[in-house]
Parts: sequence; structure tokens; C-alpha cells
Amino acid sequence: MAIRDKLSGNEAVAVAMRQINPDVVAAFPITPSTEVPQYFSSFVSNGLVDTEFVAVESEHSAMSACIGAQAAGARTMTATSANGMALMWEMLYIAASCRLPIVMSLVTRALSGPINIHNDHSDAMGARDSGWIQLFGESNQEAYDNVIMAVRIGEHKDVQLPVMNCYDGFITSHAVENIELLEDEKVKAFVGEYKPQHYLLNKDEAIAIGPLDIPSYYFEHKRSQAQGMRNAKKVILEVAEEFEKLTGRKYGLFEEYKMDDAERAIVVLGSTAGTAKFVVDQLRAQGEKVGLVKIRVFRPFPAEELAEALSHCKAIAVMDKSDGFNGKGAPVFNEVRSALYDVENKPAIINYIYGLGGRDVRSTDIEKVYSDLAQIVQTGKAEDPYRYLGVVDANDIDVAAEAAATRE
Amino acid sequence: MAYNFKATAEKPDRLTGGHRMCAGCGAPVVVRTVLRALKEEDKAVISSATGCLEVSTFLYPYTAWKDSFIHSAFENSAANIAGVEAAYESMKRQGKIDETYKFIAFGGDGGTYDIGIQALSGAMERGHDMVYVCYDNGAYMNTGIQRSSATPKYADTTTSPAGKVVPGKQQYRKDLTQIMVGHGIPYVAQSAPMKNFKDLYEKSEKAIYTPGPAFLNVLAPCPRGWRYDTPRLMEMCEIAVDTCFWPLYEVENGVFKLTYKPRNKRPISDWLEAQGRFRHIVKRPEIVEEIQAEVDQRWNALLTLCGEEA
Repeated sequence: MAIRDKLSGNEAVAVAMRQINPDVVAAFPITPSTEVPQYFSSFVSNGLVDTEFVAVESEHSAMSACIGAQAAGARTMTATSANGMALMWEMLYIAASCRLPIVMSLVTRALSGPINIHNDHSDAMGARDSGWIQLFGESNQEAYDNVIMAVRIGEHKDVQLPVMNCYDGFITSHAVENIELLEDEKVKAFVGEYKPQHYLLNKDEAIAIGPLDIPSYYFEHKRSQAQGMRNAKKVILEVAEEFEKLTGRKYGLFEEYKMDDAERAIVVLGSTAGTAKFVVDQLRAQGEKVGLVKIRVFRPFPAEELAEALSHCKAIAVMDKSDGFNGKGAPVFNEVRSALYDVENKPAIINYIYGLGGRDVRSTDIEKVYSDLAQIVQTGKAEDPYRYLGVVDANDIDVAAEAAATRE
Repeated sequence: MAYNFKATAEKPDRLTGGHRMCAGCGAPVVVRTVLRALKEEDKAVISSATGCLEVSTFLYPYTAWKDSFIHSAFENSAANIAGVEAAYESMKRQGKIDETYKFIAFGGDGGTYDIGIQALSGAMERGHDMVYVCYDNGAYMNTGIQRSSATPKYADTTTSPAGKVVPGKQQYRKDLTQIMVGHGIPYVAQSAPMKNFKDLYEKSEKAIYTPGPAFLNVLAPCPRGWRYDTPRLMEMCEIAVDTCFWPLYEVENGVFKLTYKPRNKRPISDWLEAQGRFRHIVKRPEIVEEIQAEVDQRWNALLTLCGEEA
């Protein structure tokens, strides 16, 4: 029987980590992820886990210690946010290239500057090409479930890559929600024991990790790493299927919400999907053909599957909780649009950059997006596809002040 | 057991020949001596910062390391091995490992005094059972002889070049050994590979087999950066030690001990004249005097700490 509880996202992830009982956790505090190592170190202090907890002096050392530990043959986990992960940047790439299935919870937060502790996806999006698998959760339940599945995905012999369990700072990390937990022994059985093929502390075989790789070999190593990422898609689905048998909770590469006959759709990641589903239900009640696609797996990117799911729509809005600063749309938009390139009768597609630095996303904002899509369907024109949602033009000081006052 | 040079030299090398370090480089000599201090039956995991040592000993698909070895980046040799040690502690406690492993991190002065000092300080403070060995050649040699905070004042490097106006590096070197003493760890020592290697061997043995963190700062001459003839490697170490530019001492649980006191302290000009990197100042007595005064001041302060008479 599943255990019903009420937990914040961070506590749920920490509980999952206790149940996984990794050999090593190395972490450094940063808002809003700090609670994860806090809860976890209390499990260590109270003898509830076998883990060696390394309270490092920086995130760079957190990831460096994780790399050392996982390479040594230990199942290793960490958590961070925003600038913390930015300080790890160098090591993220090295963890992936060493094919070390470290599991990191990334409690997403706006990347400085200006400094801001609230949620957006600029940290996760910056690391999208670092070679990590990226899973995005909408709720506490998904953050909990994803971190458990992450262990199996990363460690799979066809994958051997680190996995980022992304969930939204404060919105998901600090809000307390109802959650169904698995029994400890079920999690233990599900993740199994970590049995790496090669590791530093293998008494029968000394190995060397992290060579200087000259042009004669480097390219082949990167190609092989890319194959691991390609293989991950199948493994993610297999693990999800097994997880569904255990819990009844179904996970895919993305979730389709009321998409069957949808003419207009929003593509979104993370907690905003909850608000958007509420709006979809309201509009559906009024007979409008609207739907939603919530991407769960951003890396590897499920391009063909997304194209298939979206091909029958007339107009699509891709929601990016980070800017791309290329002047031509943000990361999720560009990838979704690229995925639709081979589709005949392509839907119109626009981009909304929204919610930066924790700007609230209200149901009225989402309603506006569907209404804009309706106009595009009606006119057949999608003028200026690179749009901002819920931002005030900074040049218009009166409007900005008024809007700020309204928000207060 | 008394130190026996012949017996220790006959122990199998744990860093094999065939690596690509330069002739006349001190680093592999330091590494081999440190690793000889391991008991033959003990296993080890070695880490190295990016630098000459790493790129020349582990060039895919070849490795010169007999023990398990990990390199990941420049500034994190200490954090890397700390992670390995944490894995060992955890796995040993859980009964997943039976063997005894020792953990040794190497880094040059660039990777230790400068970019890696934070990771080093953190690892030492946390008390991992490990040894960090800095092979100090006094500059960023791997990237082509740039100044570091270990570079001696007035040395000519590619980023502190001796010019018509500025005669080389304008700052004295940082005393990292003393900084590590300030960490209050069980064992800190400064050494150099010289004569029969007794000093470095015994300090390595103590560092490896003292429970908890230990730090060794070891002089490792670089023929390219210092500009000496490669056969003079061992002589370079001796001059450094006999001029008291590089004193040999150890600090065990906070107690300072001088492990070598030159019978005749040689003038610093012997050290300066032996190296091309000081060629621009050896004929400038006011600068040589200034360097001599600095060496004397540091040496006398050390003698006081060690309870020795000047």
C-alpha cells in the first residue's frame, strides 16, 4: 500500500534519497535547493542511511566530489540551483563525458544577474547541452517519482549518463502537497544495487579515468557519449513502464492533456502545466478545442514524438521560462519548431517567454495565450512569433509603476 | 625501521617509465618517491590536477599509473580524491570493500597555490583521510611558464617577463606550507627530492599513514621554466635547500621540526645564478641583497618556530 503524506517538493526528494540510500551525497547549500541536503544530513545524523555525506565548500567541489565518488563505484547524488549549478558547469560536462550516472536534483531558479532567488528555467536551459539527461517535474509527486526513476535511467548500461531531476524552485520545492510515497523496501528493490562495470575501487582491476584525449580519439568518445543520450529515450520509457506497474502512475517523454482533437495547444515544462491545465478545463467547458503538452524529458529531446503529437494542431504556443538572448526565441521554442520542420501542413507556432525571476503566471495569462492562438487560427497570420508574456515595457515608466502597484 | 635507500629503490615503481615528462623534470621523481612510501600490499587511488603531470602520464589509451587514477579538471584534485575517499568510507562501512586503500592527490603549484586552493582547503578542513602533494615548480609550466603565486620574486616568466622597466615578477611567493599549517591538520611537511631521498620518503610515509588529512609541499624543478641543464636536476634541489630558499621541515600535530639544517648556508646568489630565469638580476647587487634579506627573514622565522638557534 502506498503511503499518503503531505510534503514539500524538497522534502519529498530528500525522502526519496533516503529510500534510495546512496553511498555518497556531496552538496553545498543554495536557495531554493538547500532543504534537500538539510533533510538528508538529518537522515545521516540519525543513522537512517549508510551514506557518506560530504559537506563541500562549493558547488564546484560538490560536483568534483560526486565525480570522484561515482567513479570510485559509489551511487552518488547531489542537489543545487541556479548559480550553484553555474559554478559546476565545467564539471557537468566532465561528469557526462566520464559516463558517470550521478543523479542531481536541480531546483530551478533564475540565474544571476541580477540576482534573484525565484523560479525560472534559465539554469536548467543553460545546461541543456552539457550531456545530462533532463527530467522536468510538475508537482511534488513527479519530483519524487523522477528522482527514483533517474537512478535506473542513468545507470542503465546503454545509457551511463548523469541525470538532472528538475523541478520548480519555491512553487514545487517549498509548497506542501499531498503525495503518495512508496514503501522503503519497494524503492530499494526498484533501484537495486549499483554495479558499475569499471570503477576505481575494484580490487581486481586498477583503472584510469579522465585522460588527455587527442584528436585521434576525442571525437569517437564524444560520438559514443551522444549514443548514450540517444539510447536513453527507450530506457526512460522502459523504466517508466516498470514504475507504472509498481505505482500505477504513468510517465512518458511528455504528457498530452486533452490533445486528441485540440486545434490550439500550449507546450510547457514544469509547474506552469498545472495552471495551464486549469485553463484548458475551463475553455473546454466552453467548447473550445484546446490542449496542452507538458514536456517531461527535455534531454534527450523527443522531437519525433512531439511532432507527431502536435502535427494535427492549427496553432501552437511554446512557453519558455527562460530567454534565449539570440533575438529569435528561447530554447524550448526553437527545438519544438525544429521538430515540426518535417511535418506537412505545419501548424503556426509562436513563442512566449514568461515568468522570469519568479514573475507569477496567472490563469489569465494562460487564457491570453489561448486567445492569441485563436486569433492566429482565425487570421492565418502569426505576426512576431517571439513574444513576452506578463512583462511590462520598461521604457514606459508610468505603465510599469502602475503594473507593479497592481501586483502588490 | 631505518631508512634504506637501496631497499626502497628496489620496490616496484607505481608510476612506470614511458610517460612523456621532460628529461630533467622533478615531478615524476617526486611522484615515484611518494608512491614508494606506500606499503606494497596497500592499494591506492591517485588523483591529479590538470597539468604537466596529468597530460604526460595519462594520454589515451596509455597510462603510466599502476594504481587506479582519476583526473577531471585543474582546480579540483583535492575535491576529486575527497569524493573517492568518501566512497571508500561508505562502501567499507557497508562491507562492500575489504581491502585497504590510500588516497593521494597531486597538483602543481598552479593547481594548488592558485586555482585549486579552495578545493584543497575544503578537503583538508573536512578531514578526509588523504594526502595532498603539491609538486611545486614555481609557475604554470604546462601552459608555457606563466607566473603563479609560487613563483619567486624577480623570476622571468611569460606573464611576468623581465623587461627594460620591470625586472620580472614583482611579488614574493606565497607560503602555502604555512597556510596549510594554519588548517591545524595532523601532518604538514615541506620537502624536496635530494641526495638519497630519505627526507621525501619518510615524510611521504608519515603523510600516508597518519590518519586524516596531510599535506606535502615538494620542490620539483622544471628545466624549461627555470632554465637549467637537465642533468642538474638533483643539484638544483640541493642548492634550493642549502641556500635556505626551500627549507625542509615538518609540522606534526602543530609541532614544528626542522628536518635538515645546512652545515654551511650558501648565499642566495648560488641559487639565482644556477637558473636562466634570474639571469637579468644576478648582476644587480641591490636586487640580490633584497632577495637574500627576504630568504634570511623567512629562514630565521622558521628557525624560531622550530625552536632552533639561528
